[in-house]
Amino acid sequence: MISTPLLMFLLFIAITLVVTYWAARKSSGTANFFAAGRNITGWQNGIAVAGDYMSAASFLGIAGIIAFQGYDGFMYSVGWLVAYLTVLLVVAEPLRNAGKYTMADVLAYRLNPRPVRAMAALSTLTVSTFYMIAQMVGAGTLVALLLKGSGISFNGAVAGVGVLMVAYVVFGGMLATTWVQIIKAILLIAGTILLSFLVMAHFDFSLAAFFDAIAHVKSGGKVVNFLEPGLRYKPPYGAIDLISLGLALIFGTAGLPHILVRFYTVPDAKTARISVVWAMFIIGTFYIMTTFLGFGAATILGSDFIKTHGGINMSAPLLAQRLAGDVFFAFISAIAFATILAVVAGLTISASTSFAHDFYTNVIHHGRERAPGEEVRVARITAFVVGAVSIAVAILLGPTFNVAFLVGLAFAVAASANLPVIVFSIFWKRFNTSGAIWGLGTGLLSSLVLIVISPSIMGLDQAHLIHGAPLFPLENPGIVSIPVGFLGAWLGTLAGNEPESEAKFAEMEVRANTGLGAEKASAH
Amino acid sequence: MKNPVPAKPSQPETEWERIERLPEFRELIAAKMRFIIPACIFFCAYYFALPILVGWFPELMKTKVFGPVNVAYLFALSQFFMAWIVAILYVRAANGFDKTVKKLLERAK
Repeated sequence: MISTPLLMFLLFIAITLVVTYWAARKSSGTANFFAAGRNITGWQNGIAVAGDYMSAASFLGIAGIIAFQGYDGFMYSVGWLVAYLTVLLVVAEPLRNAGKYTMADVLAYRLNPRPVRAMAALSTLTVSTFYMIAQMVGAGTLVALLLKGSGISFNGAVAGVGVLMVAYVVFGGMLATTWVQIIKAILLIAGTILLSFLVMAHFDFSLAAFFDAIAHVKSGGKVVNFLEPGLRYKPPYGAIDLISLGLALIFGTAGLPHILVRFYTVPDAKTARISVVWAMFIIGTFYIMTTFLGFGAATILGSDFIKTHGGINMSAPLLAQRLAGDVFFAFISAIAFATILAVVAGLTISASTSFAHDFYTNVIHHGRERAPGEEVRVARITAFVVGAVSIAVAILLGPTFNVAFLVGLAFAVAASANLPVIVFSIFWKRFNTSGAIWGLGTGLLSSLVLIVISPSIMGLDQAHLIHGAPLFPLENPGIVSIPVGFLGAWLGTLAGNEPESEAKFAEMEVRANTGLGAEKASAH
Repeated sequence: MKNPVPAKPSQPETEWERIERLPEFRELIAAKMRFIIPACIFFCAYYFALPILVGWFPELMKTKVFGPVNVAYLFALSQFFMAWIVAILYVRAANGFDKTVKKLLERAK
């Protein structure tokens, strides 16, 4: 028998496949496949950036953290929005003006393109792979849980998500990915508004009654004030861990390949700027409402109930079920599913673009396509490989694997490896090839090593991969690895001497700041 | 990648350098930095004040303001509005930069 949640999932899949079919008929040619012809408007791209960014971890995860740990979860959610100020003020416009399809375009501009692109592609693929595995394992667990009545297993769910994301990217390219993200973001916002409205209705639209309930939450037989800090971030390392995460978010969001590629889909830098502001309003509103959902789940359901009915990640769907019944539960579950699909599609296209454009065409074939359309064909094949590998790895790791740290690692690598070299290549005249290689290398390596020796992987119990006391006390390596990345890029620059790079700085500076010679939108 | 410069690109390198040396261009870069650097310092200071205050001054943060609503909650909530306000101020400043760029490109022709 087909359950209501499964029916809603199938409806969403049907709509997105129609969009993909439409996009497939429109998108031929390289700029169309990788950048949707650069014809996405400001508000559309803003919604798509939000759709690319608001993962199931933000929707279900943050609601859950607040339902269990109150204020500290709210504090955790803040950095995800503030991080967009770095994207807006520092990265979006120069990147749109000076690049073509990937982050490496901007780096390769002044520097020796082959080694720089090879390193940038490695870093991009690392970030995308870690993020993707986290999403896939999360997807499998969630879909199996949300569709409990329909007999869909973890492995089946992972394979289904993998096949769909590959289909969107291979057939519809960036245009289909963009519209899947737009549809998902609108559904997600609509669902959160509805659910917030129901929470407020439960408290007779009295904020005073709501906050009073939050200050007196029953948890494990005690009454706890959920508005007070200290339930998640405890001494001695709690606050430092949060600062380290904050650094990774503020420097890392502006280095996430799947967010950066979105700025190549708009006609010019001004539109890129407008789209970031749109994204910031959508993401901010979403996070504020999500915290209301979390506090709603804490007060209306209580963590004891949630624990016995599916666990922390089910806080928001269970709240929907309690407030408006099974159909609304199905609707919220379908939104969570849509959220996962849109994010993995964005990751797949950014990884495929980087491999095809940076590595295949520019590193292996010195920047020349041997046949028209070759770059797109390689990207499509890459999307298949990325899909197959993520399905295999997610199934191998299984539903019990702790994936939260993989997202943290993706942000840490983006912040420590990608951002220093992006910033230096835009703003520092002296910056050169050895600086880029050193910066990318040290940032990547230090994040990886610190994560391996952190409490996420090392621990004394069975749940950890390495048995032993963690050598590095923080979950998030940002506070150390970001300075290391900057230092590596700086020292590497001083060690090298490259007059060609300095000579091309004038061109870079004029392009980045005026848009002169920037890639144009293709005609409709 | 190599798009021609609007003026005759007999030697593109010097053409970029000529624009880069224009006083209007130097003024554009200076004006951008005058906004972007203080704005970045401000938002980082405002944001990192949150975990620092919560981590090292928890009693201050637990001070109640309206009913059960405390300083910690209001300060965290204010971060969202801070981000939006900085974004709006930047867009207003950037509209000015756009005008400068337009004039600059006309003059550079």
